[in-house]
Amino acid sequence: MDIFIQQIINGLVLGSIYALVALGYTMVYGIMGLINFAHGEVVMIGALVALSVIKLLANSGLPGVVIVLIGLMAAALVCMAVGFAIERVAYRPLRKAPKLAPLITAIGVSIVLQNLAMLIWGRNYHAFPPILPNGEHEILGATITSVQIAIIIIAAAMMGGLILLINRTRLGRAMRATAENPGIAQLMGVNINQIISLTFVIGSALAAVAGLMVSANYSIAHYYMGFVLGLKAFTAAVLGGIGNLAGAMLGGILLGLIESLGAGYIGDLTGGFFGSNYQDVFAFLVLICVLVFRPSGLVGEKAAERA
Amino acid sequence: MTLFESLRHNRRAAIGAMLFLGILLAVLPFTVGSMMGNSWLRILDFALLYIMLALGLNIVVGFAGLLDLGYIAFYAVGAYFYALLASPHFGLHLPVWLIIPGGAMLAGLFGIILGAPTLRLRGDYLAIVTLGFGEIVRIFMNNLNAPINITNGPQGISGIDPINMGGVTLAKPIEFVGITIPSLHAYYYLFLGLALLIVFVSIRLEDSRIGRAWVAIREDEIAAKACGINTRNIKLLAFAMGASFGGVAGGLFAGFQGFVSPESFSLMESVMVLCMVVLGGMGNIPGVILGGILLTLLPEAFRHGAGPVQMALFGKILLDPEALRMLAFGLALIVVMLYRPAGLWPSSTRRREFKGEGA
Repeated sequence: MDIFIQQIINGLVLGSIYALVALGYTMVYGIMGLINFAHGEVVMIGALVALSVIKLLANSGLPGVVIVLIGLMAAALVCMAVGFAIERVAYRPLRKAPKLAPLITAIGVSIVLQNLAMLIWGRNYHAFPPILPNGEHEILGATITSVQIAIIIIAAAMMGGLILLINRTRLGRAMRATAENPGIAQLMGVNINQIISLTFVIGSALAAVAGLMVSANYSIAHYYMGFVLGLKAFTAAVLGGIGNLAGAMLGGILLGLIESLGAGYIGDLTGGFFGSNYQDVFAFLVLICVLVFRPSGLVGEKAAERA
Repeated sequence: MTLFESLRHNRRAAIGAMLFLGILLAVLPFTVGSMMGNSWLRILDFALLYIMLALGLNIVVGFAGLLDLGYIAFYAVGAYFYALLASPHFGLHLPVWLIIPGGAMLAGLFGIILGAPTLRLRGDYLAIVTLGFGEIVRIFMNNLNAPINITNGPQGISGIDPINMGGVTLAKPIEFVGITIPSLHAYYYLFLGLALLIVFVSIRLEDSRIGRAWVAIREDEIAAKACGINTRNIKLLAFAMGASFGGVAGGLFAGFQGFVSPESFSLMESVMVLCMVVLGGMGNIPGVILGGILLTLLPEAFRHGAGPVQMALFGKILLDPEALRMLAFGLALIVVMLYRPAGLWPSSTRRREFKGEGA
């Protein structure tokens, strides 16, 4: 039973991170109908920028939490700039082109970001400096660290904030209008270019937070971390129903749970034939099953024949 | 493209051009080999393999309009099929005549396995499912070394038999009517022959009933169905056909390289092949060939050039040439798509469509 609870906790932590990244995918998809292939790399940039700043300040004598917050601010600013640039370079000029063209430019951007990161930060893994309080708490026989508790709380707060932003503010209403029908939104006086830029910027800020969380939780960051993370977060977005904010959160948490429970129990279930090294297969199997049996996702509306 | 239109109308000029191209392709390995060395000759051989892959993917993406981001899985299936049946790993040494067609068939079967559940999906969704499929194949190859060792895991399989045809192995220089053909040259001619065969099949398919059905599905699936096309079978055929080309290329790769490991079949490779198809000009066979050649040769040229140029300019290597190569590759993708969204050499119909949209 302890193992079960432990896997649930791990799954929730992982799931909160997936959910934050998935929100970035789903917001862009909702508003433009495109998969932002470069989003995973934004997470990576966020993690590495935050880590660099934190390392720089590690011996400054400031309390750990303050240093991490400064790192987070720096990462968020850089990521917002990167997100803005991605939209300007890879998506805006191709808004009317066939769908394959922006997909290829996004792949191009993602390759560029990854290799820029490799040039700046090198091929090495970067360790997260131990400046955060690392208390461990017991819950029903399982342990949870302070960092993990913080991750879950911050992720929940950010998601709540985003829902309020989208549903209750003027900006959110403009976003929803643009997602519904950009042409008509423009006629109603919405500056859709600005709204689309802002969507990328907000999604990228969430990605920066997620990036910091990943590196704080696993104590490690490197230039290649964005790819798989992005892929899984995308899976989470599809699982919940892409384009739907609540769906992305649900999908993220579910995927995190499926992965950690799957990895924890697959050995027992298959009599040791498959081990936890198949963890990554779960995400893709879930993705394929969802798309085949329920392409609109768990809570998504029906989007048939949307090529 | 006026050159091509005039060639199409002038039979004699067309034959002359073909003859010229034939001679050029025949002497190419000797000129490259003597002027630029064996490493470039290997790159040339790889360019031919990539052309085969790009033409296979062109059937799925270019003709049928089904965006496949896991295409490299079929290449992997072909390569591992060859590696398992002709290497000391299981002690089997079956002849090439069995393995290459067998690999093509197995890859085709995998194509159907991938195609069947995804028939309803289109566009981005299909891209992601195929991407997931490609990753699953790679993860299995990486992990199927325990408890039963099938693929030898991340270490891969080495010591694979070279391609051996009728008792003549391509791994050693071949004596042929007094001329010695070195191994890399022999592989070049074999790959060239198969690539030309695939080009021929592609051209014939394009104008056939099946090819037109694929294009009809690409343009409008519902309308195609209404015209009496069995979209399910035709789409599965596209997957199987494209996959089997990939399987052939994979088998050749295993025999040529003598070593396969999961690392060679990463998502990046799928993306690379897709970029060849899209950058060259989707659905246009000469364009796809051009894309295959450019995307194999240019990054290599960059890799060979970036180090020495930095040495000359700064006296030391400041920036990792590998990262620079990929950086240039990513930038090239962006720039080409921004300025030529239909590809470098689009088919004439597509070019007209794009002009029509711009007007």
